Amino acid sequence: MNAAYGLAGVLLVVVATILIGVLGRISRTTSDFYVASRTVTPLRNASAIGGEYLSAASFLGIAGLILAYGADMLWLPVGWTGGYLVLLVLVSAPLRRSGAYTLPDFAEARLESMSVRRVASILVVLISWLYLLPQFQSAGLVLRTVTGWPVWTGGVLVAVVVAVNVLVGGMRSVTLVQAFQYWMKLTALAVPLIFLLLAWRYDGAPGLSGDTPPRFADRTTVSVGLAVTVDVATPVQVVVDGRVDGQPYKAAPVTLTLGSHHIAQNTSVTFPAGADVPHVTGRPVTTDHEWAMPLDGRPHSLYATYSLILATFLGTMGLPHVLVRFYTNPDGRAARRTTVMVLSLLGAFYLLPAVYGALGRLYTPELLMTGRADAVVLTLPGRLIGGAGGDLLGALVTGGAVAAFLSTSSGITVSVAGVIAQDILRGGVRSFRAGTLLALVVPLTLAITARSLPVADVVGLAFAVAASTFCPLLVLGVWWRRLTVPGALAGLATGGVLAGTAVIVTIAAGPPGGLIGALLAEPAAWTVPVAFATMIVVSWCTPGRVPPGVARMMVRLHTPESLAVDRGTWRPKRV
Amino acid sequence: MTGPRTRAVRRPRYPVTREIDEQTGLGEAYMRSLLRTQLRLALGLCLVLAAVVIGLPLLFVLAPEVREQELLGLPLPWVVLGGLIYPWFVGCGWWYVRQAERNEDDFADLVDRTPAFNDPPTPGDMPTPGDVLATGDVPVPGDVPVPGDMPASGDAPASGDVPVPGDAPVAGDMPASGDASAGRP
Repeated sequence: MNAAYGLAGVLLVVVATILIGVLGRISRTTSDFYVASRTVTPLRNASAIGGEYLSAASFLGIAGLILAYGADMLWLPVGWTGGYLVLLVLVSAPLRRSGAYTLPDFAEARLESMSVRRVASILVVLISWLYLLPQFQSAGLVLRTVTGWPVWTGGVLVAVVVAVNVLVGGMRSVTLVQAFQYWMKLTALAVPLIFLLLAWRYDGAPGLSGDTPPRFADRTTVSVGLAVTVDVATPVQVVVDGRVDGQPYKAAPVTLTLGSHHIAQNTSVTFPAGADVPHVTGRPVTTDHEWAMPLDGRPHSLYATYSLILATFLGTMGLPHVLVRFYTNPDGRAARRTTVMVLSLLGAFYLLPAVYGALGRLYTPELLMTGRADAVVLTLPGRLIGGAGGDLLGALVTGGAVAAFLSTSSGITVSVAGVIAQDILRGGVRSFRAGTLLALVVPLTLAITARSLPVADVVGLAFAVAASTFCPLLVLGVWWRRLTVPGALAGLATGGVLAGTAVIVTIAAGPPGGLIGALLAEPAAWTVPVAFATMIVVSWCTPGRVPPGVARMMVRLHTPESLAVDRGTWRPKRV
Repeated sequence: MTGPRTRAVRRPRYPVTREIDEQTGLGEAYMRSLLRTQLRLALGLCLVLAAVVIGLPLLFVLAPEVREQELLGLPLPWVVLGGLIYPWFVGCGWWYVRQAERNEDDFADLVDRTPAFNDPPTPGDMPTPGDVLATGDVPVPGDVPVPGDMPASGDAPASGDVPVPGDAPVAGDMPASGDASAGRP
């Protein structure tokens, strides 16, 4: 890809984001600093929710995972959309009616307990960090793919832009920016796809149903940016410029024997036409047919599929940046209608990444070797469409990717900064600023130091933690009067500790093999039921600790706003 | 002609919203029935959703020939998971919103009516929340309100129970509302 075009794409989105943010600021009053005033129209609100929700995991990650693992990964976008359906049905209107800005607010309002609030705050911060980490990592990947800059620069760039935007504009500017960014992302993925599909037709519309593993169609030079260990399944004669297995070569022929080989960074390896693509160690090699079929080619794939479904369908409602968006609806009914609009917007967007994944399998199989499958969306336009057209389309998808990190990171940062300011620091605008920095610096440091992971996998883990903690709290809190303070605490703690341990093991060490590995890499299928059960059983055992105001709270959560009834006096504290 | 007069004695002379505000047994019964109706709608839709998303992988495992089918030149799993399921989600969401709003409207109609003046019902046919709300409801067999089956209506608000479909509130709970008036300020 042409670096100048790509960089222009990055800069354009960054400048537009800051401009809109600053312009949005003009119309704001002090009380809007934290949550936008409720004059946001439904379509803009739905676009903003979509824009905030579609992160790097959606824009880059899904296509990458589909390229690598095939049909099983189709569940990822399905779950991320279905999660909004579950949210709509179970909690959307009650959450809006509760008047809570944040998840800790809801916990406090419903259970009348500061200790539940504190536990919820800690979980919000942890989930946010887990969600931001892959955003920064993929920002690094994008900037590296486009310009060749070191990986840390992308993360730093995104963090700085987000910090400026959040500190200058607060939520209203963020709402405007998010709404703009949904349409930006949709365009950036849809327009190049039209050209890619035309190029694919022109190429004879090759399919993916053969019984061969991915192969290089032509003589291909693969540039390995970051060192990687690959498994070679069939010995192959290649030309190496750089270091392989510690041995330096200068454009010399090398035979890669059966087994694993270490390729150092900045090495290029030229494969002959028809050679099998070596895969990154640990990634299963599948034939095209196995790849195209669900539940084929991966161990424990049925368990992993169900766990993924559970995490995504139930985790959405527990994400820190989702709830605050419901507050910008005027009432519970508007919250429901907005959610249906969000479903349509997400559905439209998620039709696209799978096609990128499939085209990537055909045209950029070397990403399976470099382990950079997340770059498939960025690589395809330049590969299929040469010349200035390819460069322009490449710049467009790059801009879309930048929009993806910026919007999600801004949304999460606003929510988590509010929580940090209010529950961990002393509150007030100064704490909000400190909270913003704290919200960004920790995941940025982690992103730079931790090993690189597929973006959608890490985001999937954040969903698993949210599904194991906030989903039980919200669902039982909205519908079950007998939820008690000890029950909520026990459920949050159990779900948080179990899912958190699985996350730490998976991220720090990589999951071990076998069934244990599957259980840790996709923990939701067991942590969610355990968390629900703990919350219910402990509540049963402590019937005396039901909050005294539960009846009033139920009136507040469930009666339509048109009725003049007493809804209690609880109001969330403002930062 | 004695019927309506008896009613007027048994029935409070102020709107149900006040019953709800004061958390009387009657007010609680209304709230419970609203919650139950909405929960039944929500769980019904979740069950359908679960059947589809749990059923599809199971179908692909148990009947591998299904996933080999082609639709529009693409494998069936790709057509379903990559395309068709999204409009179905939107349809479900749209249907849910309509039903949920209808339930709320029915509840608002019921509650906003000042019972002493608006069409006094015939004795024995009192509009319980369960009756009226059931119109916008996912029909569940065996969900007929049973007189006298209202153990919780006189309890303290804190004693909420898990709303289970089937234990509907009921035509027989009116005497209880009189008892609970002791709790009024």
